[in-house]
Amino acid sequence: MKPAPFDFIAAQDWPEALESIAEYGDEASVIAGGQSLMAMLNMRLAKPSVLIDINSIKPAYEVQRDRDSVRFGAAVRQAALELGGNSADAHPLLSEAIKHVGHVQTRARGTICGSICHADPSSELPLCLVASAGTVELATKYTRREIAAVDFFRGPLTTMRRPDEIMVSVKFPKAQPGQAHAFKEIAERHGDFALASFAAIVSRGKTRLAVGAAADRPVARDWPTDSLSDLQDALNDFAWDLGGNEDHHASARYRRSLVRTVGLETIRAAQQRLNAQESAA
Amino acid sequence: MSVTSTCGIGSAVQRVEDDTLLAGRGEFADDLGVAPGTLHMAILRSPHAHARIDRLETTKANAVPGVRTVLGGNDLAKASAPLMAVLRTPMTVRPCAVDRTRYVGEPIAIALSKDRYLAEDAIDLIEVNYSPLPAVMNPLQAMADDTPLLHEGLDHNLVSDRSFTYGRPDEAFSEAEHIVETQITYPRNSCTPLEGYVVHASYDPGKDAFTVRSNFQGPFSLHPVMARSLGVSENRLRLISIPNSGGSFGIKQAIYPMIVLTALAAKLSGSPVSWVEDRLEHLTGASSATNRATSIKAAVQKDGRILALDWDQVDDVGAYLRAPEPASLYRMHGNLAGAYDIPNVKCRNRVVVTNKTPTGLNRGFGGPQHYFALERLVHQIAIELGLDRIDVIKQNLVPAKRFPYKSASGAVLDSGNYEALVEKVLTPQVISDLEERKQKSISAGKLYGIGFAAVVEPSISNMGYITTALTPAQRAKAGSKGGAIASATVSIDPTGSVSVTCDSVPQGQGHETVLIQVVSEILGLSPEFIQVNGELDTQKDAWSIAAGNYSSRFAGAVAGSAALAAERLRERLAQIAASSLNVPPQAVEFVDGNARAVGNPENVVSFQRLAGAAHWSPGSLPSHVQRGLTETAQWSPDELTPPNEEDEINSSLAYGFVFDVCGLEIDPNSGAARIDRYITGHDAGRLLNPLLADGQIYGAFAHAVGASLLEELAYDDDGNFLSGTLGDYLLPTTCEVARPEIIHLETPSPFTPLGAKGLGEGNCMSTPVAIANAAADALGYQDIQLPLTRSRMFEMISRGAGETPPREGSKNQEPYLRAKDGKKGRSVEGHGKTTLSIRPEAAWTMLLNPQTLGAVIPGCRSIHAKTPECFVGTVRIGVGAVRGDFDFEVNLTDMHPPNSIRLSGAGQGALGAGSGEGVLTLEDDCAGGSTLTYRFSVDVNGKVAAVGGRMLDSVARMLAGEFFDALAAEISGAPKRRLSFMQRLLRMIGLKK
Repeated sequence: MKPAPFDFIAAQDWPEALESIAEYGDEASVIAGGQSLMAMLNMRLAKPSVLIDINSIKPAYEVQRDRDSVRFGAAVRQAALELGGNSADAHPLLSEAIKHVGHVQTRARGTICGSICHADPSSELPLCLVASAGTVELATKYTRREIAAVDFFRGPLTTMRRPDEIMVSVKFPKAQPGQAHAFKEIAERHGDFALASFAAIVSRGKTRLAVGAAADRPVARDWPTDSLSDLQDALNDFAWDLGGNEDHHASARYRRSLVRTVGLETIRAAQQRLNAQESAA
Repeated sequence: MSVTSTCGIGSAVQRVEDDTLLAGRGEFADDLGVAPGTLHMAILRSPHAHARIDRLETTKANAVPGVRTVLGGNDLAKASAPLMAVLRTPMTVRPCAVDRTRYVGEPIAIALSKDRYLAEDAIDLIEVNYSPLPAVMNPLQAMADDTPLLHEGLDHNLVSDRSFTYGRPDEAFSEAEHIVETQITYPRNSCTPLEGYVVHASYDPGKDAFTVRSNFQGPFSLHPVMARSLGVSENRLRLISIPNSGGSFGIKQAIYPMIVLTALAAKLSGSPVSWVEDRLEHLTGASSATNRATSIKAAVQKDGRILALDWDQVDDVGAYLRAPEPASLYRMHGNLAGAYDIPNVKCRNRVVVTNKTPTGLNRGFGGPQHYFALERLVHQIAIELGLDRIDVIKQNLVPAKRFPYKSASGAVLDSGNYEALVEKVLTPQVISDLEERKQKSISAGKLYGIGFAAVVEPSISNMGYITTALTPAQRAKAGSKGGAIASATVSIDPTGSVSVTCDSVPQGQGHETVLIQVVSEILGLSPEFIQVNGELDTQKDAWSIAAGNYSSRFAGAVAGSAALAAERLRERLAQIAASSLNVPPQAVEFVDGNARAVGNPENVVSFQRLAGAAHWSPGSLPSHVQRGLTETAQWSPDELTPPNEEDEINSSLAYGFVFDVCGLEIDPNSGAARIDRYITGHDAGRLLNPLLADGQIYGAFAHAVGASLLEELAYDDDGNFLSGTLGDYLLPTTCEVARPEIIHLETPSPFTPLGAKGLGEGNCMSTPVAIANAAADALGYQDIQLPLTRSRMFEMISRGAGETPPREGSKNQEPYLRAKDGKKGRSVEGHGKTTLSIRPEAAWTMLLNPQTLGAVIPGCRSIHAKTPECFVGTVRIGVGAVRGDFDFEVNLTDMHPPNSIRLSGAGQGALGAGSGEGVLTLEDDCAGGSTLTYRFSVDVNGKVAAVGGRMLDSVARMLAGEFFDALAAEISGAPKRRLSFMQRLLRMIGLKK
């Protein structure tokens, strides 16, 4: 459990980091919090010849809020979602889901962008990004582009990021009036990789459910209804469509069942919040 | 107030160890530092469950700057003898594989370097050619005639088969009103200490002697095994243990092959060598408890009275029968009938080898497997006969008046009052509370069950119990083995302070605290006068074969030996004091740092003065007083003897009793089980320190919750290991461990010096089956398989229930990947179809051209045709940041130009190995193009399977899909996709092999 040799570039600003990734491309890995990458380095699953450290890049710590969204820079820690003041109102889904992301120690170090860029199919933050239709910002030495979450994730640990790009920020839309959300996760232990996780966003006559850990990436689906009885059949179809991951922790049948039962519970929980919001207003 | 009332034996004294540990000042094995010039060892481990080693090439690895040497199994074997085993079989047991590997994680070669980083660099550069062999994984199938054999010279994978009959079981079964039976399989797990194995070894060629510091815990019966393998007499292998331990729970017994390996490395390299095990190594290759398949029957009267038991146990010891195995199977032999008075017992014990990590000591050693079968059976007896479960338990318990009770198979259950403890635990209030909880839970839509377990917890093992695996004739030939021995030394310094050492190697249980309590009480000293040194040095300390930390022997045997040594010194000091106090020695008592005349507290002499006199003026002591103030007691109980002609064996000296009640709530949707209430009752004889006793119980309970709900060292059917990280081998955290309520009863043992028995393993034996019985009660289902993970629980809850299919017109298709041949594990197969723009003949030509393939394989470093039907090359495969280079070989067979072809291949790299097979079919689509259909199966092993199992299926799906798409694109002349078909195929072949 000792990493293979690598060169280490402590980039001081984005141009230096982007210059480095342009030079080394596939041979380089970008490190920020290191909560996934360090383990992969130590197990020699990853053997980059260059490690580009972005922790010294001041703008990477920026959190930009505007009327409709919030944008987190590449070095913003996951803990910011728990400790970030009034973000619970603006991003109720994130602040509910963040408790399930690892443990308080790993959240203090791990970054929001890092978790998204790592694209573990059972991670909570990619699920939230897909559920809330967020975007990621990718930069090269010369270009910048925004990609919708649904297009960004391609498969397990695989995204549309090109070898010469760095993910420099992620944007989460704010919750809209008339919307309510809920998050649920089934894992063997608190903080574990999810066996299945669910994010629901509902409004009158509309239901959106995103499911993590049941397919090779988080998948969201919309239905133009809020009738729970109609949704039961729809959820069953969705469960089958996800393809059914099977591993030694859980059977595909079990995961399909969770989509039906816990998926419905998640939607119901979101609807109850919507009702509560409306009666309060 | 005298010190003895607050600090002595039986007091709830806080641990004296903790100030050091909590302040971070505890020195653990890897904190010790190493001698200048020490080399660090890294180990190349087998990615295969079973394979021939055709070639081992170390030239490149040796060329890494800073690497001293790289040694393969043959180099090491030449310099050592095999490790002796308990049973003489033609099997050769070595610490490093020679010519053939038999489990994932088996050492294949070692690299020695100036640091661990470079040693691991070297490991990556060792080239090994393996020829995979079929893996044998299921213990029952291992015995079948057509199963491949693991060991040359053995004509069976069954390495031991003994049958025993005690009483008249056949008559009891033929006359029985009911026969109840059950089959269980117990999974593999281990106890996973925070600290792994550490060995520092050096060799002095002048003396031909080894010095080893390690966190080996014993039993020291393995010391001669190591010395023999190293080719030295025992006094030339000095083993020094580390006083502070990051936990062991038994598993650090199995360091001993690694001590031999490290010591050999030191001898062959000419430098001291240090090896520190990492977590991946530990989970994969350290050791484990045995998995077991048991079939058990009871002859029962209609009132639930059990007249006879019939056991059929098959224990899976992994790839090698490594000493002290088959001890797992025999530790419970005396108490085969558990806590029950069952006069007739039959038992067949079989031991098999399979392609898994060799087994060894783990907390509970043999007990969890044993009681899981017995107590599931008792539960089932009540269910099948329509009786109350507690009535069945009570009616069969050994009655209090029968102690000491001799069991059918030879155990002498020393003391107890089983029924009294059951009553104390299961009060009417508890019963009604559990019923209330159950009703409440059920009305909330949950499932709820109540489970019980009654077990006898053996401690202080009889060394002879393992020889029950031999026939009486074999035992007679080999020489008898039986008994137990414990050693402790107490020394009094000239100023009256006291030093204590013992032959148990502390693993965090609080030896220091208890020894201080014992010695301070006997000598009438305040605790601060006593120091305990937890190190054991085989060249300087008193020890014998039975030394070490195992079989819960500390409280009963070792603390008792310390008491005996302290009492002898007290007698000696009493004789010295008697002359100055002018009273007979019997009239001298030791209180508060003084010796005084009984009944006359004014007639007093200080302890310090007595100690000073004995040291400074031995010549002036009365002539009958023995000189010196160091006393070593070596205590050995008469009750433990070798197995007799009838195979009766008193397998342990002391037998505690545990009775558990579990209320378990299960969520029917998620399958999550929650321990709602748990009460554990213990009779462990006299408690030396109730605080430490409860600590032991909490710890064993936590281990047991892990074993019951979460932990499994999982293998797939092809022998690939799937639990290489703590993200896959799931340990319970404080969030998952409910706090059990503990109830004690103290019935002192008549056979141990202080009346104490072991209690640190009982819950490992009782809790898994108490939880399983609660699950059986909740589900109304008997085939309970541990661990009760959410998915497994769900499958049991929904057994037989159908699944709603998707609606007509839904997007769903047949699952792309599924388990190959219905096998469990990382073998997956898939299929697909794609359209090519050229006709089959043209596509065929391209398929057979390595240049085409090389061009479409992203990451392909080289490819060439070894023969027209065999392509070899290297490819760099990456998924996210995970990346590795793989050598591959693809063979083309079953060629039917231009219609179909079979590609089969294998790849190997530092990340693991894989093999795969695909059939491609080309059909003319009558429109100038063709349709390519493919089916493939792949199988992955090694590190990638051990740490990435969670994602392998979807990675395989992604790679296969992209690979075939890209192939289609290349053949059709379309723009190349980012990931090509062949890359994917080879990737799969390489990654999965």
